[in-house]
Amino acid sequence: MTVPQTRRRLRGGRIPLLVLGAIAVVLGGFVMAVFGSVLAPHDPYADSLQSTLLSPSSTYWLGTDDAGRDVLSRVMVGARLAVLGPVVVVIVSALVGTLFGLLAGYHGGVVDSVVMRITDLLSSLPALLVAVVLTGALGGGYAVAVAVTCLLTIAVDMRVVRGAALEVRQKAYVAAAMTLGLGRWRVMFVHILPNVVGLVVANIFLNLAHVLVVLAALSFLGLGIPPGAADWGRMLSENIALLQSQPLAAIAPGAALVLFAVSMNLVGDWVFDTISNRERS
Amino acid sequence: MKAIAGYVASRLALMAGLLLVVSFVVFSLTYLAPGDPLDAIAGNFPRTPEVTAALTAQYGLDRPFHEQYLSWLGRAVRMDLGESIMTRQPVLVEIADRMEITLFLSAYAFVLAVAVGIPLAVLAATRPRTVWDRLAVTVSVFGVSAPAFVTGLVLLYLFGVRWPVFPVYAAGEGFAERVTHTTLPAIALAFMALGLIVKFTRSALLTVLDQDYITFARARGVPPRRVLLRYGLRNALVPVITALGLVLIGMLSGSVLIEQTFSLPGVGGRMVEAVTSTDIPMIQGMALLIAATVVVISLLVDLAYFAVSPDLRRRFRS
Repeated sequence: MTVPQTRRRLRGGRIPLLVLGAIAVVLGGFVMAVFGSVLAPHDPYADSLQSTLLSPSSTYWLGTDDAGRDVLSRVMVGARLAVLGPVVVVIVSALVGTLFGLLAGYHGGVVDSVVMRITDLLSSLPALLVAVVLTGALGGGYAVAVAVTCLLTIAVDMRVVRGAALEVRQKAYVAAAMTLGLGRWRVMFVHILPNVVGLVVANIFLNLAHVLVVLAALSFLGLGIPPGAADWGRMLSENIALLQSQPLAAIAPGAALVLFAVSMNLVGDWVFDTISNRERS
Repeated sequence: MKAIAGYVASRLALMAGLLLVVSFVVFSLTYLAPGDPLDAIAGNFPRTPEVTAALTAQYGLDRPFHEQYLSWLGRAVRMDLGESIMTRQPVLVEIADRMEITLFLSAYAFVLAVAVGIPLAVLAATRPRTVWDRLAVTVSVFGVSAPAFVTGLVLLYLFGVRWPVFPVYAAGEGFAERVTHTTLPAIALAFMALGLIVKFTRSALLTVLDQDYITFARARGVPPRRVLLRYGLRNALVPVITALGLVLIGMLSGSVLIEQTFSLPGVGGRMVEAVTSTDIPMIQGMALLIAATVVVISLLVDLAYFAVSPDLRRRFRS
């Protein structure tokens, strides 16, 4: 009976194969986001009337769309827009959400309850629809879509950090730091923050997957990214009409999106589990 | 019963407050929109000085902000949300016209998701480390992260184009035709819901089946089926209801995406039209509708908690 135990202990230290695959996909996506335009075999915007709706061939691996643009190149270059927005949103909201979450969790009282009612309200509404309504009313545009999504993600981060900070605040070492007469900023950033930062990191990955899907859905609905751009959501909605003649033009960006989102979620779940296990022990 | 009635009353008051906040934000949309609020109201309508004057008077744009808000709110309470800029139809009439197909689609998807999801979760929880368990985990990972429009697109290609089993356009006349026309969209929508239902039900049931009273019930010879359903599933229902509430709210955004994918003439499609053409009165109507739906769903979820959990009822009474 000792053998399985050792094996389990060994396995516990290693990263599961599935998660390794997911990490590879996520890294691949990021590489595409940076070098996609260099690596792409064709110009993603070069249209040609001679080569419309071609089936996959050795020149065009995934065929061409109705304007004769190479589908593979467009999917590769599309990674940039797919990754850029979510990364900006997630970083900004992690910073802002952590700051306000710490303040709310540390101070408590009226400010805390008012702020929490607002985030309750925001999180009780379906995020995508709030983003659709606000982006639409504000006149569309990618920057608006990103800003609105950012606002919604800040609410998520704030709730998480505030909850954790409330818990840490009860710990003896925080009481000790306060008894020593340390300033509240010092207590917040030196004594509380390091103990909630793991949660923030795990949350960054989970948010990334969620924001990726929300922004792609917005551009699928025609909000944010301008028509014709090499963007996964846009390609999906513009190429639905091609399902009869060149299905890959719509299915390839969809597959890229799902693969990326599923991988990001797997990595996020794994980071979350690892961090909460470590904190428990 | 009295305590619960009191609870419902207090929840209703809270929700009225929530709707009030949303209505304020929704009204401010006229002002958030770039440019003159008149642009938002009149849209691309040719603007002669007479039109400008008439609209200013009609919407009271010369009055202070709070007066405008109150008169708008007064009209909204009396179910008058103004006219769509695009079609010049009353907003509520248009929404009501489109509502039927959206409700049908959501109900269809909800029934599918529950009918497949709960049995799958029960199979997975009672047979850990089997094919069923792995299937359930895979479905929940994909269902939670795959956006409904991609699932819809794949289904549309496979069963609409590749093997044309289902019709791919229009919503169909009559019940039977409506069912065949909305089967693919409903499956796509249900897939997203399935992920959440399986995830929550499986983990809740695993926790419950680990309790001492389950072991004891088994030990004293209660039939396995009764142990599973009466002792197990019944006690795992609270998280399941949480999941169902999330699913219903998720269907609001899911149906917008799905109606767009399958070009169904529902509320979601109209919402996208309104948003892309900055049809502010229509957007306001949709936003209020969404908020009201969310409020009603969360009230129903709370009542369902009380209905299934005597423990919660007792705790609430004391």
